[in-house]
Amino acid sequence: MNRGGSSPSAAANYLLCTNCRKVLRKDKRIRVSQPLTRGPSAFIPEKEVVQANTVDERTNFLVEEYSTSGRLDNITQVMSLHTQYLESFLRSQFYMLRMDGPLPLPHRHYIAIMAAARHQCSYLINMHVDEFLKTGGIAEWLNGLEYVPQRLKNLNEINKLLAHRPWLITKEHIQKLVKTGENNWSLPELVHAVVLLAHYHALASFVFGSGINPERDPEISNGFRLISVNNFCVCDLANDNNIENASLTGNNFGIVDSLSELEALMDRMKRLREEREDEEASQEEMTTRFEKEKKESLFVVSGDTFHSFPHSDCSLLSSDFEDDMIITSDVSRYIEDPGFGYEDFARRGEEHLPTFRAQDYTWENHGFSLVNRLYSDIGHLLDEKFRMVYNLTYNTMASHEDVDTTTLRRALFNYVHCMFGIRYDDYDYGEVNQLLERSLKVYIKTVTCYPERTTKRMYDSYWRQFKHSEKVHVNLLLMEARMQAELLYALRAITRHLT
Amino acid sequence: MEKMSRVTTALGGSALTGRTMHCHLDAPANAISVCRDAAQVVVAGRSIFKIYAIEDEQFVEKLNLRVGRKPSLNLSCADVVWHQMDENLLATAATNGVVVTWNLGRPSRNKQDQLFTEHKRTVNKVCFHPTEAHVLLSGSQDGFMKCFDLRRKDSVSTFSGQSESVRDVQFSIRDYFTFASTFENGNVQLWDIRRPDRCERMFTAHNGPVFCCDWHPEDRGWLATGGRDKMVKVWDMTTHRAKEVHCVQTIASVARVKWRPECRHHLATCSMMVDHNIYVWDVRRPFVPAAMFEEHRDVTTGIAWRHPHDPSFLLSGSKDSTLCQHLFRDASQPVERANPEGLCYGLFGDLAFAAKESLVSTESGRKPYAGDRRHPIFFKRKLDPAEPFVGLASSALSVFEMEPGSGSMSWFVDTAERYALAGRPLAELCDHNAKVARELGRNQVAQTWTMLRVIYSSPGLASAASLNHSVGKGSSCGLPLMNSFNLKDMAPGLGSETRLDRSKGDTRSDTVLLDSSTTLITNEDNEETEGSDVPADYLLGDVEGEEDELYLLDPEHAHPEEPEYVLPQEAFPLRHEIVDTPPGPEHLQDKADSPHVSGSEADAASLAPVDSSFSLISVSHALYDTRLPPDFFSALVCDMLRFYAEQGDVQMAVSVLIVLGERVRKDIDEQTQEHWYTSYIDLLQRFCLWNVSNQVVKLSTSRAISCLNQASTTLHVNCSHCKRPMSSRGWVCDRCHRCASMCAVCHHVVKGLFVWCQGCSHGGHLQHIMKWLEGSSHCPAGCGHLCEYS
Repeated sequence: MNRGGSSPSAAANYLLCTNCRKVLRKDKRIRVSQPLTRGPSAFIPEKEVVQANTVDERTNFLVEEYSTSGRLDNITQVMSLHTQYLESFLRSQFYMLRMDGPLPLPHRHYIAIMAAARHQCSYLINMHVDEFLKTGGIAEWLNGLEYVPQRLKNLNEINKLLAHRPWLITKEHIQKLVKTGENNWSLPELVHAVVLLAHYHALASFVFGSGINPERDPEISNGFRLISVNNFCVCDLANDNNIENASLTGNNFGIVDSLSELEALMDRMKRLREEREDEEASQEEMTTRFEKEKKESLFVVSGDTFHSFPHSDCSLLSSDFEDDMIITSDVSRYIEDPGFGYEDFARRGEEHLPTFRAQDYTWENHGFSLVNRLYSDIGHLLDEKFRMVYNLTYNTMASHEDVDTTTLRRALFNYVHCMFGIRYDDYDYGEVNQLLERSLKVYIKTVTCYPERTTKRMYDSYWRQFKHSEKVHVNLLLMEARMQAELLYALRAITRHLT
Repeated sequence: MEKMSRVTTALGGSALTGRTMHCHLDAPANAISVCRDAAQVVVAGRSIFKIYAIEDEQFVEKLNLRVGRKPSLNLSCADVVWHQMDENLLATAATNGVVVTWNLGRPSRNKQDQLFTEHKRTVNKVCFHPTEAHVLLSGSQDGFMKCFDLRRKDSVSTFSGQSESVRDVQFSIRDYFTFASTFENGNVQLWDIRRPDRCERMFTAHNGPVFCCDWHPEDRGWLATGGRDKMVKVWDMTTHRAKEVHCVQTIASVARVKWRPECRHHLATCSMMVDHNIYVWDVRRPFVPAAMFEEHRDVTTGIAWRHPHDPSFLLSGSKDSTLCQHLFRDASQPVERANPEGLCYGLFGDLAFAAKESLVSTESGRKPYAGDRRHPIFFKRKLDPAEPFVGLASSALSVFEMEPGSGSMSWFVDTAERYALAGRPLAELCDHNAKVARELGRNQVAQTWTMLRVIYSSPGLASAASLNHSVGKGSSCGLPLMNSFNLKDMAPGLGSETRLDRSKGDTRSDTVLLDSSTTLITNEDNEETEGSDVPADYLLGDVEGEEDELYLLDPEHAHPEEPEYVLPQEAFPLRHEIVDTPPGPEHLQDKADSPHVSGSEADAASLAPVDSSFSLISVSHALYDTRLPPDFFSALVCDMLRFYAEQGDVQMAVSVLIVLGERVRKDIDEQTQEHWYTSYIDLLQRFCLWNVSNQVVKLSTSRAISCLNQASTTLHVNCSHCKRPMSSRGWVCDRCHRCASMCAVCHHVVKGLFVWCQGCSHGGHLQHIMKWLEGSSHCPAGCGHLCEYS
């Protein structure tokens, strides 16, 4: 939905796009309840997911064990393409929602709602509104942030920063929250909340990135209730994307020979692995490469929207620019300062925030110890999840087998961190440039920074030879990389507060 | 102590001197290393790489190795090591994966010697061979260890850790060819430097990354490892399998570990996060550190003993940008501050108490148990000269006996079980509890309940008789908690006395508040009217004469009745009566059998619409009308609760707290409440009153308490077929894929309460089995067993 990309500033862009989508939705409300795509995801053909599913009994076991809602929701269905990962995902999610923890159950769900609301992810919001009520939450809180206790409301600031610009979190923010007083947070509570926030921000990325369809279980009739009871718009990515599909598919993508594209990528990966020894970039160059990548990420979205959507129907959108407030109110009641969005880390030339040196505060050494100290056992679960996603591989790429995808996975992971200003000394950011094509970068940036703008077109436009499960794998990597980045910033601030 | 710092070193022959000191660095340090002459130290970090000379009084910067205009990532050091044979040779590990060697002998400003860029990821550790001049070992995040010969441009051999990140590598000091490496997945590997194809030995040392290891300088084959799991473990490698010989539990993940020279069992540790101190542990005493250095303000990142044969100087670098030299004699020794004490209950309620003699002797008036048994607590088993804290610490043991019979706590159990705390109207709860208390002969408690009932609910239901009963026996009850130990020479009446003092205080303040006419009224009356916020003259001024009379009538009718009320209790000292009888009963009695009252009640009704606030009169009427201001008595009730709690009867305090709920909760601070709750729950659990304790937890409003029920709620079960633990669900076994617990009646899986016969082990849903056994006495599974349900 970046068709409004012609607008000058990112903030305006953001508003416009949100707005447009809402307007679109409003017009097509009737079709919303009957989206064209069936199955758990709008991006992935139903049979892909379902096929994988029926084979896998393990998934059902997992769901029965760890799902809070007790049914196979769409997220789980899509993730079940990677059962190994699914297990650690569900376990950690279940732990933070249901097991021992400093926060009361309804609060946890409310925090999830707040987090999802930052990205206007009504799918997650709806899901947790249900859970919130089920666990005995006060229904009044659902009317918006003004109705919740000040204590929860105070979390808003950190929620906002974490979601969009985590590098801005300082120890002062932490101090403000834990300062003794009536509404203060204890550190364990805060860590629990931060973990939840990061988890749900990242999960929102996954939901949008994989085009998760709203739940449409006939018995629970969630979709129906959403409109009538909760009065939320259904997250109708599916719908939007279908429209686009109809009008735009195959429109302006010069059908590059995608097979050769894939071959070229593999070739580059191979070369990278072999060349390592003789290629020896100077340190300065390494630094510049990081800066370059960082800077370039800046242009990725705005530039690309312009390029790849020359036929965008701006006329349709610009007319509806004005009345965004009314439409977004459903979701925005859980957030303050809805205009606050991702701003490129590299953009502020003058302030020049210091780059986060990954080696100075790593998850393995520092993040884990802190998180586990304050919120016991979550560290192990998250650790396992990060490890799992980082090491997950089937040694395949599209139709090719026995491929070492390490470099590619690392490039994806580090590129996400790069956009959040986290730099690895031991990584050559030139690799990112070689391995990640532009359309993929657009997708990555959108999914991690503005997930709500993801479209099926973006999803389809990269790696056309690859399987859907591989694209879901990409999404998992993006999600976890994002979660880790947020956690690192938040935990670093907490550490600084402690010292 | 002076001797300590003047140790003659084996190598140099000169004595090391110095003091505890620190110097400020420009940037956080990541690692430090000492030159073999013990006079220089190198500090390396992301943006610092300097050599300092250690002088007697201070550190002096000798050399800055970070030269060149543009800071290169090669200089961003994760680790640094100084060769122990060659004073000019240094090696650093850079965060970008480069291993750099430095030759201080180079004439140019730039001392950089060689650059090895073979690692793909951050190099975590470099290590020189202890005796070989040219052998350098590195361990990296990419999972490889490389051995370099400094005379060659490339690595000599590469050791693969199977794609797990290497956190530390250390050459064995004793075995020429051996080195140890530790990994992020918790493994430790032993390698022979000549055999890069596979490791000699591998074992899992820690749960989570092993951050560091250190070979013992003397004991061959002893390796200390420190991990993220907050443990330091000492392994004996000489045996066939690596054997854990010692384990020290620290409070934070262990970043570095270094054996202390010349002290066989000592090692120094610092942590990765949160904790900034450096500890020196005696591994045989893994609970209290032998010494502690607290100079740093941020996490310590590097520690090094200044000289390999001098145990008294420790150097450390920290993220707070300071370099410190610690002297062992200046360390704080937690052992010194600890007062070892032991306390234990015997089977029959006897109490044994052991403490350091010096502590006990200061306390007078306590008679130790016959014979005054004394014996040393510490290290009676063996005396080890290496240990700094040996020495016969003698202690005194006192045993306090129970008076026969006094220790019975059956009243507590009975009360706990029979009290009703919720689920009924307040009045009923109070009545019920009063009855319980009375039946157990705890009349004071019973009376309190009755009074609470009167205070907080409409009195219509109370029978005067029962009141009289309770009041009558009120003060006869002893304080059941008081007679526990003769150690506590608390007078039985102590509590009452304090109470009396307090109520006297009340009276005083009351008289200030009210005008002179109220002096006629008894103490109880004062307390009742205390809460009135309208001064008495309001009445006199604004209200008609009739009511004025009524007001006067009130004390009047109280007055003549007073003796009537007191008289039946002649047997008891009056003082007690006052103390033990806060407000209610008297008025209640009034209501029940005094004709005056009905009249005044009627008046009160007519009065009610006139003013909505409380005048003196309407207050006293409010007693009859349940129109009491909610916090009218709360101060008093709170005092009462505290009184009980102080007496040791938290049961009463908590029970009342729960029963009254919102009515008093806000007047007692959260912490006190929590304290009461925890004590009561603890007591209940000691008496195995799990149900009651659970009920209390459930009913508590304090967050800290109610979350107790959310903790460790897991119940582990084993599969009935394969006997393996069922990890995921309690009803389906992952291994044998069978439903473990089927109901014998309905043949469905039991997911909730499962009840089974202990004779034939068949069972099922609680409801089903109960129903079944009502109709039949045979086992529902058809096994022919005659099951019993009790």
